[in-house]
Amino acid sequence: MNGIELATHLVYLAAATCFVWGLHRMNSPATARSGNLLSAVGMGLAVLVTAAQLVVDHSHVTAVGWAVLLAGLAGGAGFGLIAARTVRMTAMPQLVSLFNAVGGGAAALLAVHDFQRPVSVTTAVTGTIDILIGTITFAGSLVAAGKLQGLLPTRAITVPGVRALSAVVLLGGGGWLAVSPASAPAMLTAVVGALAFGIAMVLPIGGADMPVVISLLNAFTGTAVALAGFALDQTALIVAGALVGASGSILTKLMADAMDRSLPGIVLGGFGAQPGQAPAGASGPVRTITADDATIQLGYAHKVIIVPGFGLAAAQAQHAVAELAALLERRGADVSYAIHPVAGHMPGHMNVLLAEADVPYPQLKEMDEVNPEFAQADVALVVGANDVTNPAARRPGNPVSGMPVLDVDHARSVIMIKRSMGHGYAGIDNELYSNPKTAMFFADAKAGLIALTSAVKTLVG
Amino acid sequence: MTPELLTDLTVFVLSVLVGIEVIGKVPSTLHTPLMSATNSVHGIAIVGAMLIATTATDLFGYVVAFVAAAFASANVVGGYVVTDRMLGMFRAKRAAR
Repeated sequence: MNGIELATHLVYLAAATCFVWGLHRMNSPATARSGNLLSAVGMGLAVLVTAAQLVVDHSHVTAVGWAVLLAGLAGGAGFGLIAARTVRMTAMPQLVSLFNAVGGGAAALLAVHDFQRPVSVTTAVTGTIDILIGTITFAGSLVAAGKLQGLLPTRAITVPGVRALSAVVLLGGGGWLAVSPASAPAMLTAVVGALAFGIAMVLPIGGADMPVVISLLNAFTGTAVALAGFALDQTALIVAGALVGASGSILTKLMADAMDRSLPGIVLGGFGAQPGQAPAGASGPVRTITADDATIQLGYAHKVIIVPGFGLAAAQAQHAVAELAALLERRGADVSYAIHPVAGHMPGHMNVLLAEADVPYPQLKEMDEVNPEFAQADVALVVGANDVTNPAARRPGNPVSGMPVLDVDHARSVIMIKRSMGHGYAGIDNELYSNPKTAMFFADAKAGLIALTSAVKTLVG
Repeated sequence: MTPELLTDLTVFVLSVLVGIEVIGKVPSTLHTPLMSATNSVHGIAIVGAMLIATTATDLFGYVVAFVAAAFASANVVGGYVVTDRMLGMFRAKRAAR
């Protein structure tokens, strides 16, 4: 090992330390930003020492090689920078999916390139798995991003037999490639099979399951990068990939648990009324409320809990809800937000939206923390959330049975801002609608919140 | 099993355990930035992309190196910047207006 190689290894170790310590600092919102910065410093060091190694050790790198590398790095960095600076917080799940897709694609390409020269059996096997998982992630994450962006239908699309067929091509091509890594037809078969499988895997998954799917694809990319590390014998890639794989797996499990759904059940597709299950109906009468009456309830409440759901994001109403909450606080009310783990399109999406609207994070409460507080709340204001508030989940025999829900029905009164009596993803009526404590305020989330805010100012101001 | 593979496997298993231990403690408030941050970490593939550019000599190799470098670089730069932007919004108190 010469000097530059030793230096490279030591810097990679330092980078891995930065990644672990940086993630550790994400345990609290107060230290998280510096943690991310530390992780970025580690990445910067790894890139710099690799560049130094290229200059010192590989004087045979061709001029075209340098041009290609620098152009690729600059182009990617430019795109990433612009996308990251301009994305709206409501579109964050799409962007994270897109970055996940390119990460998986890059991991797969590393092994594709490596197979252009003779490789050992170990490299052939780990590299092949890297190519398969990386390519599945690339295609799957692009489909997920397309669904989230509204470019592809969000409903579950199933074409019978496509998954089975693509799985056969994937496994056949993979086996062939592992045995003869230099074979171009084997590479082509494996890549085409993996692309088809990635598309066929994500396309049938409906909107409600998106937080789970995004977490799962995140875990996949981590695994692909770790496998690329095995194939190229690069410890830095193994450590970083393993960290991401662990993180993605934890989030996947948390999300699946928060919906009381099994991972195979989600991946095999379809969320909604299962045949043979009795629909949990809201059969009773529904009480509606005007903006003025809702205002009086809110204006004299001592404790208000706001329950946001994806409808809030869809209506871009995060600033409107924060303004109403700030107004109520100035009137002396205690206001907090109850965030269900799967509210929104990715884990923790609601928290980012509300943070953008300048809501202090101590007001953002997790389900287990806030559920006992509903009993003391004068008003629970539900904005754009549906299935995660359905009390029917506590009983067996319906599509949401067993799913942990927010105890909104324990509040003294409930106001639901909704456009219509429409169903959530589960396709059943929400029993909360017909609860005598509940008043429905039919309006678009943003328009409704703005109306309430101005009414609070004039009526009880 | 070669000694290199054994070492790699050891590193992998221990890293997974560290990851589970460290990330299991992150509050759900920060799950979106966490996912975005780990997304940037797997951009370490950028190191691999830089190394493969050194061995590329034909058109296929150059194309693969270019795409891998562009993908990984977008992943790293975009991931860290967007995570920082998100985390910058999390404040304990309302900002003065």
